[in-house]
Amino acid sequence: MASSTLASTSTLSKEEILRYSRHLIMPEVGLDGQQKLKAARVLCIGTGGLGSPLALYLAAAGVGTLGLVDFDVVDFTNLQRQVIHFTSDVGRPKLESASEKIAAINPFVELRRFETKLTSENALDIFRDFDIVVDGTDNFPTRYLVNDACVLTGKPNVYGSIFRFEGQASVFGAPEGPCYRCLYPEPPPPGLVPSCAEGGVLGILPGLVGIIQATETIKLILGKGNPLVGRLLLVDALGMKFRELKLRKNPECPACGTHRTVTKLIDYQEFCGIRGEEAPVTVNVPEIQPEELKRRLDAKEDVFVLDVREPHEYQICNLNGYLIPLGDLPKRVNELDSSREIVVHCRSGVRSGKAVDFLRQAGFTKVKNLAGGILAWSDKVDPNVPKY
Amino acid sequence: MNIFIPTPLRQYAGKKDAVEVNATTVSEALKQLTSTHPDLKRHLYTDDGKLRAFVNVYLNDEDVRYLADKEQTRVNESDQLSIIPSIAGGRTEISKLGNFEIG
Repeated sequence: MASSTLASTSTLSKEEILRYSRHLIMPEVGLDGQQKLKAARVLCIGTGGLGSPLALYLAAAGVGTLGLVDFDVVDFTNLQRQVIHFTSDVGRPKLESASEKIAAINPFVELRRFETKLTSENALDIFRDFDIVVDGTDNFPTRYLVNDACVLTGKPNVYGSIFRFEGQASVFGAPEGPCYRCLYPEPPPPGLVPSCAEGGVLGILPGLVGIIQATETIKLILGKGNPLVGRLLLVDALGMKFRELKLRKNPECPACGTHRTVTKLIDYQEFCGIRGEEAPVTVNVPEIQPEELKRRLDAKEDVFVLDVREPHEYQICNLNGYLIPLGDLPKRVNELDSSREIVVHCRSGVRSGKAVDFLRQAGFTKVKNLAGGILAWSDKVDPNVPKY
Repeated sequence: MNIFIPTPLRQYAGKKDAVEVNATTVSEALKQLTSTHPDLKRHLYTDDGKLRAFVNVYLNDEDVRYLADKEQTRVNESDQLSIIPSIAGGRTEISKLGNFEIG
């Protein structure tokens, strides 16, 4: 009799009750809360740096239905922070790798896999069957797409973003709260984003921010606590400081304001000023192929190799070039001899392209860009040069 | 007062994380900042002198756009001004979309 009473009041199996017992014995979750978690359907956009800890913790906590959107493949540079993927997963689709780990952590989770890029065409369809969307993307077009699709479908958007050792988190799209466009109506033009010399990310930072997103998601499901609605949390891992800024719902917001102009999803590539897949920001400058540079250096021809990367990149690997970081070039240009033949290189050839353009405008005529940078050198000339 | 410079913009502010200015309004503080660090100007303002849409300025924890006097709001020595640009990172492998593939 007692056991049948229990069965009729609980949708959790005996195994689930054991698994979630540390939730069940706390009043803020309890059986009600755990059932809410089980009934919840959460969509994670991306299974990268933010998506890894997010998906792992949401699965462990007992979120009943977890959707994953990713079309990427695991590579070695992911492993420093994307903890859902293992060394043995390199080369495999992230979705496959992530699904396996989630199933291993919690077989009670129902997985819905979307091995696709999130687009204006599929976003509303994918979002429809979920209650909460968690944004773990890495680019502006998808951020605006996720925001607009959340506002249009009325789903909360649990936001997180990271750069080097700083992160941001908030909850957008709640009925009374602001959306991402209230905070940033427009994305930065492509030319003004920081360079990859300034890029990189401390591996634990997406862990920190992703778990803040997971926490907010769980709180939204439980309806407990004080969500990050109308607040932007700033995380500074280096100073280990958490700051909070007030976010206001902008009445003029094109997505969620009183006179909305965003009534359907748009072309977000165009919105963010990106034209094609390649979107070359390089200027047309004379190039030299790595094999040709190698031949000239071996022949002891007079070629001056200029490296325009940052000193910490030079430490990783170098071609014995003369180091002047791109940003310092204007004030150090007098260190260069314009009568000599100069080959400029960086990591991939983009920064050095800018340097060649600058030097030509400064009157240097014998200056060329090493096509593909030190990456191409590693591919085509010396595989001992590590790639990064 | 101190102006907090976020990581992506530090390269245009002599690599500093904060810049000390002596100003009576938000607008004056920003003017001083960009005259000391002229490279920042292009990143903070449009060609016609408006604060860029992807850069937010906070006086303590309030968005300057929502203060009654906006950029004319008076400030004192103990206030902190923060520049908060939008950042896109999350899956930080270099984006295949091109806009971050700079290196």
